[in-house]
Amino acid sequence: MMQIEVNNKKIQAEPGEMILTALKRAGIHVPTLCYLEKLPPAGRCRICVVEVEGRKDLVTACSTPVQENMKIKTHSPRVLNTRKKILELLLSNHPDDCLYCVRNGQCDLRQLADEMYIRTRDLPRNVKKGEIDTSSLSIVREPSKCILCGRCVRVCAEIQTVNAIEIMQRGSLAYVGIEDDKGMGESWCINCGQCVVVCPTGALAEKSHVEMVKDALGDPKKYVVVQHAPSISVTLAEEFGFPVGTDVDCLMVAAFRAMGFDRVFDTSFSADLTIMEEGSELVHRLLHGGKLPMMTSCSPGWVKFVEQFYPELTENVSTCKSPQQMMGAIIKSFFSERENIKPEDIFSVSIMPCTAKKFEANRPEMGRNGVSDVDAVLTTRELAELIRLYGIDFKSLKPEEADDPFGQRTTAGKIFGASGGVMEAALRSGYFLVTGKELEDLSIEPVRGLEGIREAKIKVNDLELHVAVTSGLGNARKLMDQVRAGRKDLHFIEIMTCPGGCIAGGGQPRNADFEKFKARAQSLYTIDKNEEIRVSHKNPSIIRLYDEFLGKPLGEKSHKLLHTHYKKRELYN
Amino acid sequence: MSTTPSPHVVGDKEYKLSQQLKDKITDLSAQYPEKNSVIIPALHLIQDEFGWVPPAAMRQMAQLLNIASNTVFGVASFYTMFNNKPVGRYHIQICRNIACSLNGSKELLEHIMKKLGIQIGEVSNDGKFSVSTVECLGACGSAPVMMVNDVYYENLTEKKVDQIIKSLE
Ligand code: SF4
Ligand code: SF4
Ligand code: SF4
Ligand code: FES
Repeated sequence: MMQIEVNNKKIQAEPGEMILTALKRAGIHVPTLCYLEKLPPAGRCRICVVEVEGRKDLVTACSTPVQENMKIKTHSPRVLNTRKKILELLLSNHPDDCLYCVRNGQCDLRQLADEMYIRTRDLPRNVKKGEIDTSSLSIVREPSKCILCGRCVRVCAEIQTVNAIEIMQRGSLAYVGIEDDKGMGESWCINCGQCVVVCPTGALAEKSHVEMVKDALGDPKKYVVVQHAPSISVTLAEEFGFPVGTDVDCLMVAAFRAMGFDRVFDTSFSADLTIMEEGSELVHRLLHGGKLPMMTSCSPGWVKFVEQFYPELTENVSTCKSPQQMMGAIIKSFFSERENIKPEDIFSVSIMPCTAKKFEANRPEMGRNGVSDVDAVLTTRELAELIRLYGIDFKSLKPEEADDPFGQRTTAGKIFGASGGVMEAALRSGYFLVTGKELEDLSIEPVRGLEGIREAKIKVNDLELHVAVTSGLGNARKLMDQVRAGRKDLHFIEIMTCPGGCIAGGGQPRNADFEKFKARAQSLYTIDKNEEIRVSHKNPSIIRLYDEFLGKPLGEKSHKLLHTHYKKRELYN
Repeated sequence: MSTTPSPHVVGDKEYKLSQQLKDKITDLSAQYPEKNSVIIPALHLIQDEFGWVPPAAMRQMAQLLNIASNTVFGVASFYTMFNNKPVGRYHIQICRNIACSLNGSKELLEHIMKKLGIQIGEVSNDGKFSVSTVECLGACGSAPVMMVNDVYYENLTEKKVDQIIKSLE
């Protein structure tokens, strides 16, 4: 540790770290627009400038390393003036139609304009134009709102290694685009939405399904059913001012009822179902010489990633549909029959941490007879919008429970929301399926964690099962390159598209840092620790569903409803 | 020094990289630790072949190197030295910065456009000429200046320009 002086006060700094990091630790706020927590600094936007004694020019806090006894001023007149000028330049071509903007109320740029006390338009205006790109099923781009901070491009290239978007041209002509000026829907984009979470403006947003859901709720002929993914109950809280990681499961259920949803189901239930099918599939592959390592299939961004970048490995991906689609399929088959409601009269909504789920729900395989299994997908952020639209005072709601027959879950299904959760749940049930006994310790610590690639070995009878877990497609790429190069020791791999898993998904509340991700994940593991039923095969509703309808895992009905196939996708065309 | 014509390949629907060109690019890539570093030299090779950098050729290059085609497009559109649209066999680039402007480059540009019957960014019908403006060519001492393909022409006047264009016919 060493000392630096900021605004005449001494603070501690680590040798080699950037000024910004030291300032953050000391609770001193400096605005940033291009900075990204886990990536090397870009120094693009210049809004983070500070004054350093002895230096002629202002320096960027995000990309200037600290030095012993450095004297810094973060809010001197010169700094404030310069920052304001930079911002005014950014605003001079900005459409500022905040009233009609997707980010109205939650916009970093707008907030910064307020913070910097911009009250007049002093520069000549030359408003940016650009067509709105609605070609993607998951994401909408509004280029006129883009301030060229470059965050989206860097997340896409450096974290996800997808490179779907790029800065084209230069200087005043520069824009975020796609080769040949294609639409996002025809690009390499795997729909993860990581760019959407980091965009400081309304230039990137999920394709909204809010209106669709509102219309369905207002339509007396529609029977509106909702499912909510495992991670939603521990992230929605942030949208309503609860401490990060608060589990608002039962309040959320109450909110659904207040808005008029006819049935409330829990995707963690179908996560349990996924485990029954996927665990059985793994055992089947192990015993009958199927393709190994088997890889999870619940994250649709990852699925498209394999289809595009590792087409020769598509057979390694589990044929199980994701929990969202398994739930969708049984709602429009078993549930529809049982309740005597035609599938086309059921409007099936899912609340997901994920923008890629919108793409997934639209895949042609995900329905029967022209009726899709999931009709609308809302992100956590959109759910908060819907709740506000209906004027619901979230904090004053009384807790309620989800509905039968798909409202009951185990904690194994719940931990799907964090990276490593699917693996842990699968190992718990897979062990039971093979040995007929329960694991002695159900908590499998080595597969937990939000970063890097984690591996573990579990003894199952005579077999030493070798598993690997990772999240973020940059990490997935490393692992896939090993498999492609002939690595043979792995049996089962869990991949989540977003770094950290669903709790850090592209549809989650914005402005989350790594500390928040940890708190969200911790909340899931606390639930897992405190509840009775922690293995999917003991979920009474699952047992009943197999008895009354499905028969057995991997059986004929399962095959028809719960499993799917993939396609190889061409790049470079 | 005189200007040699560059190829002016348009309408070649596929813009296929020849095996020879592919080999050259592959050989180049062995010289760099990072595959992305090959993009610029490879783009030069492609431009030498077609006179510009056709999208289809850039995609084949990206596929060959197993890199993102978007990155290649980003680089190609960043540098004005890469022609993102077809140019004539003689591509005239005239400086539009201060020194040249003060010495009449704007009028020269008008003159050239009128003489050749093309606007900035256009190619004459016979595929022979195209014209664009560029930022400083670094020869302010002999302004106004233009480049035709790789060759500099300095201290220009309308008469000189006429002669140059004639010599290229
Ligand atoms: S992006 Fe932000 S500043 Fe721009 S119009 Fe939307 S709300 Fe306003
Ligand atoms: S959604 Fe994901 S893959 Fe698509 S552009 Fe954004 S970061 Fe890239
Ligand atoms: S789209 Fe958003 S994140 Fe991307 S460069 Fe523009 S403002 Fe930044
Ligand atoms: S945040 Fe430092 S330059 Fe953008």
